[in-house]
Formats: sequence, C-alpha cells, structure tokens
Amino acid sequence: MSDDFNVVGKSERRVDAVKLALGKPAFVDDIELPGMLHAKILHSPHAHARIVNIDASRARQLPGVAAVLTYRDVKRIPFATAGQGHPEPSPYDTVMLDNKVRYVGDRVAVVAAESLEVARQALQLIDVEYEILPAIFDPQQAMQPGAPIIHDEPDCSGVYDPQRNLIAHLHAEVGNVAQGFAQADHILEREYRTHYVQQASIEPHIAITYLDEDDRLIIRTSTQVPFHVRRIVARVLDIPVRRIRVIKPRIGGGFGGKQEILIEDLCGALTLLTRRPVRLEYTRAEELTAARTRHPQIIRLKTGVTREGRLTAIEMNVLENGGAYGTHSLTVMSVTGSRSLSLYRCPNIRFEANAVYTNLPVAGAFRGYGAPQGFFALESHMDELAELIGMDPIEFRKRNVVKQGDETPIAEVLGEGREGYKQIIRSYGLDECIERGMEAIGWKEKRQQAASSQQGPGVRRGVGVALALQASGIPGVDMGAASIKMNEDGSFNLLVGATDIGTGADTVLAQIAAEELSVPVERIIMYSSDTDFTPFDPGAYASSTTYISGGAVKKAAVQVKQQILEVASRLLEDNIENLRCEAGRVMSVSGQSVSYEEICLSALYQRDQFQIMAVASHMSYDSPPPFAATFAEVEVDTETGVVRVVKIVSAIDCGIPVNPQAAEGQIEGAVTQALGFALTEDMPHDGQGRMLNTDFKTYRIFTAMDMPEIIPILVKTYEPTGPFGAKAIAEIPINGPAPAIANAIANAVGVRLRDLPFTPEKVWRALHQR
Amino acid sequence: MRIELTINHQTKSFEIRPNLLLMELLRQQRCYSVKHGCETGDCGACAALVNGKLVNTCIMLAAQADGADIITLEAIGAPERLDPLQAAFVDTGAIQCGYCTPAMILAAKELLDRNSHPTEADVRDALAGVLCRCTGYVKPVEAVLRAAQQR
Ligand code: FES
Ligand code: FES
Repeated sequence: MSDDFNVVGKSERRVDAVKLALGKPAFVDDIELPGMLHAKILHSPHAHARIVNIDASRARQLPGVAAVLTYRDVKRIPFATAGQGHPEPSPYDTVMLDNKVRYVGDRVAVVAAESLEVARQALQLIDVEYEILPAIFDPQQAMQPGAPIIHDEPDCSGVYDPQRNLIAHLHAEVGNVAQGFAQADHILEREYRTHYVQQASIEPHIAITYLDEDDRLIIRTSTQVPFHVRRIVARVLDIPVRRIRVIKPRIGGGFGGKQEILIEDLCGALTLLTRRPVRLEYTRAEELTAARTRHPQIIRLKTGVTREGRLTAIEMNVLENGGAYGTHSLTVMSVTGSRSLSLYRCPNIRFEANAVYTNLPVAGAFRGYGAPQGFFALESHMDELAELIGMDPIEFRKRNVVKQGDETPIAEVLGEGREGYKQIIRSYGLDECIERGMEAIGWKEKRQQAASSQQGPGVRRGVGVALALQASGIPGVDMGAASIKMNEDGSFNLLVGATDIGTGADTVLAQIAAEELSVPVERIIMYSSDTDFTPFDPGAYASSTTYISGGAVKKAAVQVKQQILEVASRLLEDNIENLRCEAGRVMSVSGQSVSYEEICLSALYQRDQFQIMAVASHMSYDSPPPFAATFAEVEVDTETGVVRVVKIVSAIDCGIPVNPQAAEGQIEGAVTQALGFALTEDMPHDGQGRMLNTDFKTYRIFTAMDMPEIIPILVKTYEPTGPFGAKAIAEIPINGPAPAIANAIANAVGVRLRDLPFTPEKVWRALHQR
Repeated sequence: MRIELTINHQTKSFEIRPNLLLMELLRQQRCYSVKHGCETGDCGACAALVNGKLVNTCIMLAAQADGADIITLEAIGAPERLDPLQAAFVDTGAIQCGYCTPAMILAAKELLDRNSHPTEADVRDALAGVLCRCTGYVKPVEAVLRAAQQR
C-alpha cells in the first residue's frame, strides 16, 4: 500500500494559524451584540441539601436585573449532561434546576442582568433556605447500606441502583479466570488509586445565546459537540430541534471538558425568557468546582503469571467515583477495562466495575477517558510482576503484549456503553516504538546505573517504561459527515460538523481533502461547524476526528473528484480511464489537460450545468488502536521526596500521521497534562465537600519553566481502514507518563507508589516507611 | 472618572467607572486578542504591554493605567506582513487552540525587545507567566528561539 502522498504526511501550516497569530476575534466571546445581558449562576454552598424555600423577589427587584430562574421557574425534564449520541448511555439524573443540591457548586439559580456586576449583586439577594442532608464523600462508603441516597428523585432513570448510589455496574469475562490462576506459578494482587484532576482549558466554558429574526435560538458556544448540544438543549428547553442553531466558533481548548452541556441550557432559557442576547461564562473558580473532572478510580488488579513470564489470568476491579451526577461514568470505566485489558495477550480476563455517586464534583470526559487510570494501574503492575519473577520489565512486556493480527476479545465484550465489535489489529508499530524509545532514553545504560547507585541519601536517577494503546473513535456508534463544494477558481469549501478544539483537526481534514483532490491545502476553505450548515458529526471526542470525520471527508472528496473527471472527460473528449488529476488540473494520457477553474466554470455556466459537490457520511465497525511506548527519566530527592522528571520519550504509532507537526503537538501537550496528573494536579476538599484549590495559583498545571525535555517519536505504520493509512493520536500520549514515572521512581529509589499524584510528601513517606 | 490612554498608538480619553478592569476596557475597545482565562492574574491570557512591560490586565484597574502607552497584539503584524514572532509561531506549529497565543507572542516580544539573544532558559522564564494547556510549550519555545535568530 502506498504512502507516497503529496499533502498527507507533510507538516502543512495550520489553516487557522495566521488569524490566531494575529489575535483575530475568532472565539465565542469576541463578538459584540447590542443589548446583551450577563448571566451568573448561584452555586450551592452545601454538599447535600434540599432547598426548602427559595425567594428571588429581592433579586428580581434589583435595578438592572432582567430575569432570575430557580427550580420553580423551569420545567422539570431529566436529562444527561453528557454530550453523547442518542440515546445517551448515561443516566438521566439531571434537571436544569432542582430543589435538591448534590455537591458544593451545584446549580441553585441563575440571574441575567445588564452587567456582570449587577448579576453578581443579585446572586446575593436570592434567599435560599436549605435543609442540610448528610453527605458522602468516600466512594467505598457510598455503596454501603444506610448511606444517604444522593439521587432519591423518582423521575431519574438509567441509574443502575440508586438505593446504593450505584450509577453503573459492569462485568465482562473472557476465558476462565479460575483456571488461569490455577495455571499460574505466582499470583500478585495490588491496589492502585487515581485522583480528581481538571481539564483546565485556558478558555473557560462560555456561551452567548440570542434569538434571530426568525425567532430561532442561536447558541454560540465553546463546545466539542455542537450537534449533541442542539439535540439535548432542545429536549431540556422543550422546543423542537429545528428552532435551535448551534454555532461553534474557535474553541480555546477542550480536552473532553467541553463534551458536556454545562451552561447552554441556562443561557438559552434566559434568552427565551428575556428575548435578549445573554452571555454566560464560568470563572476559573467555577471551572475548578463546577465543571467536569477526570474520574477518580480505585483499581484492584490480581494477576497470575508463570515462571517463564507468561500471563495466565488478569482480574481487574474498578471502583469509580462519579461525583454527584452520572454523566460519563459508565462509558469511562468501560474504556478503563477495554483499553488496558486489550494490551496483553492473556487468555483469561475478568473485569468488574462499579461507578458510584458521591457529593463531590462531577467527573466527566477528559482526554484518554478512563484509559489513563487503567494504564496507570496495569503498567505499574506489569513492572511489579516483572520484578516478582526477576525479569527485565521490557522483556516481560514483549513476551505478553499483543501483536499484529491479534484480536482484542475484551473490547468486543465490553464495548462502550453497549456491546462492542470484534477488533483485529491490522497496523502495529509497538515493537518499533519500544526499540526507538529505548534508544532515545538510553535505557540499557541508565537502567543499570540506577540499580548500582541505590544506597544512601541524595538525588537518585531512574528510568521507567509504560506501554499503552487507545482506539480511533467508537466503533459502530459514531458517524461523521462532510460536504465539499467546488468554486470557480478551483477552490473547494469543505464543511464539516467536526470540531477543531485546538488539535489541528481542521488542517488535517483539509489535508485529506487536498490529497484526494490533488490541490494544495490553500485551495481548501474549511468551515466547522454550524448545525444549520454543516453536516452532522458526533464531535471531537474518542480520538475520532481524523479516523471517522476524516473518512467522511475522503469519501466526499472521492465523489467530487469523480464529478470533476466527468466534466473533464467531456471537455477533453477523452474517456475517464485516460484521465488523472494532478496539481489542480486534469491530464489525459494523450498529453492534453484542463484546469480545475475551466472545469468548474463549464459545470456552473456552460453545458449541462450543475454544482460540483458531494456529501458523504462515514462510520466504522473498526476502531484501530494506536500504540505507545513511553519512557520517563526521573530524579528523586531522597531528603525531600521531590520528583523531577528529566526527560519523557513518547513513541507513538498513529498509522500515517496526516500532519506530523500537529501530531507531535498532540504528543507534547498530552505529555504535559500527564505530568500534571502524575505530579502536581489534585483537587482536595475540606471534608465538607468544598474544593480547596480554586485558582491557578493553587491548582498547579505545568508552566514553560517546569517542563522536562520531551522527545516525541512518530512510528509510521499504515492502517488499511483509515483515511490514507491514518489512525488516532489525540488521547494515547496521555496514558503512559504516569505509570512510566511510577516505574522510574521505583527504579531510582526502590519504592513503589500506587497512589497518584506523587507529591513530595507521599514520596518522602514512602521512602521512610520502607 | 476620566482617564487618558494610548492604545495601539491612538490616544483617547475614556469616562470609566473606577473599578473597571483594564482587561474589560481593552476588550470594550475591540482588542479581542486580550483573552481571559482566570481573572486572578495567574494564567497570563489577558496580557498586554503597558509602557513596554508585560502586564496581566485582569488585575490592573483601568484607572491605574491612566496616561499609559498600551500595546496589544492588534498592533503587531498584519495578514500579509506577519511579525517574525508571529511567523515563527505559525511555522513551528506553536499554535494549537490559539487562546494563549496573543499573550505568548507579547511575552516573547517583551523578551526580545530587551534581550535579542535569549537562551532557551531565558525564553522559558519569559513564557512562564503564560499558561498553555495545549502545546506543552515545546513548539512555542522553539518559535521564540527561531524568531530571535531571524530578528
Ligand atoms: S485572565 Fe488575567 S491572568 Fe488570567
Ligand atoms: S494553544 Fe491552547 S492554551 Fe495554548
């Protein structure tokens, strides 16, 4: 199969970079609407309480206040905030405004006023009488009999067992685990813990809503999922889908945080009520208390292994904290199992998982979506197993890891929200990822040095490895579409519902179209996305854009190219079989040629006129996994417990990288978020459910100064089911760093940390408890 | 109260409420490159050059800037004539979502204006006040070093 492309595989300039470099007004907030109101949300100060009485009359009387909404003013329509396909696999346990609050930060009321200042004042004039209910913060206790029931409302649906605060339960098995353990020479059982972290896109959630001249509700919002926003908001506001138009301008980062309906419903409701434009934006404090987070998980792994280092059985048990609402809890933990347990050939696997409600912030989608948790546990565990049987960790992994042509049976059983489809690994570059990664980190020398320098205090160095895989879209669930239209100058409008949230997706999709149509990228005019004009797309999640939406772009381009050839065949009086497209022209074998301009002009104005254009949809029952080998080199200060990461090597097989520079950017960004996950980011609360770090001073994401050296390596393979051989890249690089760092710490100082993040205190304690 | 500001080389006087933030005023003046990501002075997205210094305009009152000379990204470069820094950001792939980009470029400009041969550490130090959640800072640092070479 050829990977000799003109545009694909080249680091083309981003199609949107110039406007962003100039600071042009491209984002949600960068417009001016006359008469715009400013909205603010009143959040609950209590973790669990019933609203016995709420009186907004004083707030309503404040000059400049246009509207106040409480649960008394809105229809009670249960829905899921998760921006997923219909029907959502998430429970319908949320209403726009409720008479019960379930975490500190839950919605109580919303105000729209002439200015933000007045809106803020008005919030203070809303009198709320709460009946405080016992709250529960520990996911283990939440399932115990007698625990307070967080969702006791009768109209919530899709919850596995509300009486036990059980959002969802999963059980999957392949082979015979008991038999597998019986065949093992060693059995190891360990528990790993992951914590709350926040997506922290620099642009907060923001929506601006208004009514157009046809009285339709326009929602201009920073979302990853415009079509899901339209469908879900229509339901919540009880108006038909046709009355809503969602516009997605430029998005200032998402990472899964903007895969939810967090503010669009309230903002839209205020516009419907006041008939005026309304702007609603989260502050950073709201982002850190009332937006979504990664799901904390407690993962128990029990594994059987033979003396020769073969896995005989794996049992994974997950307890997941969903926080106060169910949203993505089920699918996130299904991904925890289906991704991590697909990495190794093991004939006997059992996966069991429970997601529970607590009175803490709501966990949702965050890059990797369950996989970083699963791989932290699994890849820490693999090192522990290797140590147990006295084998080199890489040798041990190589002995067990999946290979080309393998099936991943657990992914088929588990699926994502519903049963999955059989997956066969067709493109496979993991061996090369390992080889090149080892080389780049200097594995052999450094591993030995660390082992020989372990005694005594001081700063110790070590290296660690972790492998991972991910998927490319949700097989059999999501469908993306694209439309391409030709213009007189031989350029093309490419309209997609897909959302570039900073990933470079617009550029990658333009490259796919340009490649198929044999034109330079400048001839592709991108537009994404507007529910009125662009065809459907599930949105930016599950690493699906290049693979799924890109598949649609390619199909549409194939059809457009066919039309171009048909017109050319008429103009050149030659058969299509004798024609080919090259650099914006159609050439015939006889040496004649005609330009795209002439072709389009002829089609539009001269004979048998028609618009050269096509729409195509694409879905897939395949979801080829990209593969990763991550290597970390760390320094551990044995006196203070401070871990400094010196270097991260992230070697990724994403098939053919459509835009290598953008792919590297995905790796570098994901690694940085993973460093925060491993070392500095955490969301502790005060015991009453109030989050303690609600600003960027105390919620520490990495700055330019904190960064280690990052070496991204792209290992090329050709994925036959992907557009021009491509598979996904966005999420996979976030899976490896945390376990690689845990393994490097163990290599440096001989202590095993199983509880993220690795703060100096935890490391110090572990060193002293040895 | 009344203040006078020079914004992107144009001097104007403004009647403002005393607690108006400089960030709000600049955005009202359609300097939309001044972004907001925290409003507590921690993310740097709202940066502008005030009398040549990089300032987080979300924690500065407009009144405090009375008489100041303010430069935002709107005054730097044009579509056909990008500033070398802008060109370097575009070419190295230093722009992902682009939300932090205006502040990054201004921070880099402030650095290069006082130090035309920065080391990588200098660049990291200068960019440390601007948080980016997309790029991992790898390509932005590369962009600034590349622009420094070309200046
Ligand atoms: S918005 Fe000003 S520093 Fe963050
Ligand atoms: S590019 Fe998105 S925050 Fe920097």
